[in-house]
Amino acid sequence: MFPLFRSAGIRFAAIYAGLLAVSAAALALYLWWSTAGLLDRQTEAAIRADAQGLSERLADGGLRALVATVADRLAGNVDDDAIYLLADPAFIRLSGNLDHWPAAVRDTGSFYELPVTRAGMRSLARVQSYDLPGGYHLLIGRDVVVRAQLRQLLTDALLWALVIVGAMATVGALVVRGLFRRTLSNVSATAIAIAGGDLAQRVTLSGRGDEFDQLAEVINDMLDRIGRLMEGVRQVSNAIAHDLRTPIARARTRLEDASLHASTTAELHAAIERATADLDGIVAVFQALLRIAEIEAGSRRAAFARMDLAAPLAGVAEMYEAVADERGVTLTAALPDRLPAFGDAALIQQAVANLVDNAVKFSPDGGTVSLAAIVSPRGLEIAVTDAGPGIPKDERAKAPQRFYRGETARHTPGSGLGLALVQAVAQLHGGQLRLEDAAPGLRAVLALPAAGESGGV
Amino acid sequence: MRILVVEDDKDVAGFVVRGLKEAGHTVEHADNGRDGLFMAVSEKFDAVILDRMLPGGIDGIKILETLRSQQNITPVLILSALADVNERVKGLKAGGDDYLTKPFAFAELLARVEALARRGKAEGPATKLTVEDLEMDLLSRQVKRAGQKIDLQPREFRLLEYLMRHAGQVVTRTMLLEGVWDYHFDPQTNVIDVHVSRLRQKVDKPFPVPLIQTIRNAGYTLRAERV
Repeated sequence: MFPLFRSAGIRFAAIYAGLLAVSAAALALYLWWSTAGLLDRQTEAAIRADAQGLSERLADGGLRALVATVADRLAGNVDDDAIYLLADPAFIRLSGNLDHWPAAVRDTGSFYELPVTRAGMRSLARVQSYDLPGGYHLLIGRDVVVRAQLRQLLTDALLWALVIVGAMATVGALVVRGLFRRTLSNVSATAIAIAGGDLAQRVTLSGRGDEFDQLAEVINDMLDRIGRLMEGVRQVSNAIAHDLRTPIARARTRLEDASLHASTTAELHAAIERATADLDGIVAVFQALLRIAEIEAGSRRAAFARMDLAAPLAGVAEMYEAVADERGVTLTAALPDRLPAFGDAALIQQAVANLVDNAVKFSPDGGTVSLAAIVSPRGLEIAVTDAGPGIPKDERAKAPQRFYRGETARHTPGSGLGLALVQAVAQLHGGQLRLEDAAPGLRAVLALPAAGESGGV
Repeated sequence: MRILVVEDDKDVAGFVVRGLKEAGHTVEHADNGRDGLFMAVSEKFDAVILDRMLPGGIDGIKILETLRSQQNITPVLILSALADVNERVKGLKAGGDDYLTKPFAFAELLARVEALARRGKAEGPATKLTVEDLEMDLLSRQVKRAGQKIDLQPREFRLLEYLMRHAGQVVTRTMLLEGVWDYHFDPQTNVIDVHVSRLRQKVDKPFPVPLIQTIRNAGYTLRAERV
């Protein structure tokens, strides 16, 4: 293909021009056929009718009557366009208004269009010849010079019209191409800017709300989402760099310190063991991060199934009841007999375990932690309430971010990834994590949509 | 026990082989998939430790599938840096008996391999478990120690059952979490210790000889303390 046609704008313009030309030509052909063509057909019909009449006369009264009828018809022909010529078997003129038999006319049954001389005037005629009994020949025709002129006029007019349409198609095609280019250049300029690293660029909307605007909006939404993801990735990598540096530095320091200063084997062993524990902690953080990333990637959704959460949640309550008891905290569970849900039971169980773990960790001595689940037509809400310090209002939005640790949590052990995982699990299921004030304390609600709706982004 | 280690990383392999030998096992080592497959198929082992990604064109999963297709039921522990749930499922589906992700603590590996090898020689379904003077009747779900009845919660019963089935072996916290609670994640707080200490209160406290021993940096084991 020509390189020119790789341009979609030119291709569309060419299609536009081609369609216009084809339809204009079709229209012109039809017009020509129904005007100029009609004139020809009328002439031929008149000639045939004449021939029919004359052959009847011939049958009735013989050659003599035919000659008389021809003379009559010529006399009575007001338009002066009728042409008759009767000739003997040697094509010698017997009667009629032509001087001699035209040399071109030999066959019977077909129409000829030829110049004739009539009463000294050159003209154009459409004729047909007939064989008569006895070898005589009859030529019947019509003078068509006026009609020919008219036909010429029509043909010229139509040809000119086609030329004009062609010109207009070209102009139109250029306009279409221009429009196309202008609309696309907006999108491609944005795409180029973004490819070049300027993620803040957006496609400008024309405000007409047309298909191009819709496309632009879709592209802008997509760019917003990419932007948010990029921001997330940046935050996470910053957090990883920052939050893992500390324990790695600690492990490193311990090892170096031991290698430089340990004086006994026991000291060396102890330092190595502590450093190993530090590394285990770092591995645990990595595993948590990877798990969150895995959940956020959404691949676990393939394993979603209908399940009953009652047993898994009761398991969590049972598991942490002992832990709570150990810390002088009472853990109460109010769970219905059946908790139908659609999703990944193991993930929801882990999320709830994280919430309960947090609640127990932050509860004061003698406090109470409650795990409750409510089924409503809208979905399932799992609420974990504690009487701890809670999370200040302005920190609640930030709390589920990776590595975020509130002021009050600063001195409690933990990685700052627990709520991030809960949030990821909630979003995977198309639900949400809500942090509310339990006055005093915190109520964390894991809200999941009703069973059967997978939902989610 | 005779254990085959198929692992290409020199440091990891050396560490594992040394550790297993110290624990009293006979160890064979292959550092590529081809040799690993050959040894696993042609010799008899009590357990195989299999790395997933191996040089030599044959990876761990391939070895495992070949073994299983030959009705070889040697217990296989898959060792892998691929920690995804999907990868884990893939490994277990191919016929793996256990899956441990790198990095790992040697104690964890040892405990799991020993448990696997022991399981391979399971002597049919038992109705009664006995360790020293501790008796567990699996049908009536009753536990007695020195003839004295001990009341246990259902979960405590399962925890003790797991410990008794693995009596004399080290069981790690993760093994308990998976085997007793069916949890495949790491609860941040050390919940297992709390549950074990509750069990101790009932099983050990009233008696002169403690049975549930804590193994430092590893986990627990059920046996009479012998000095």
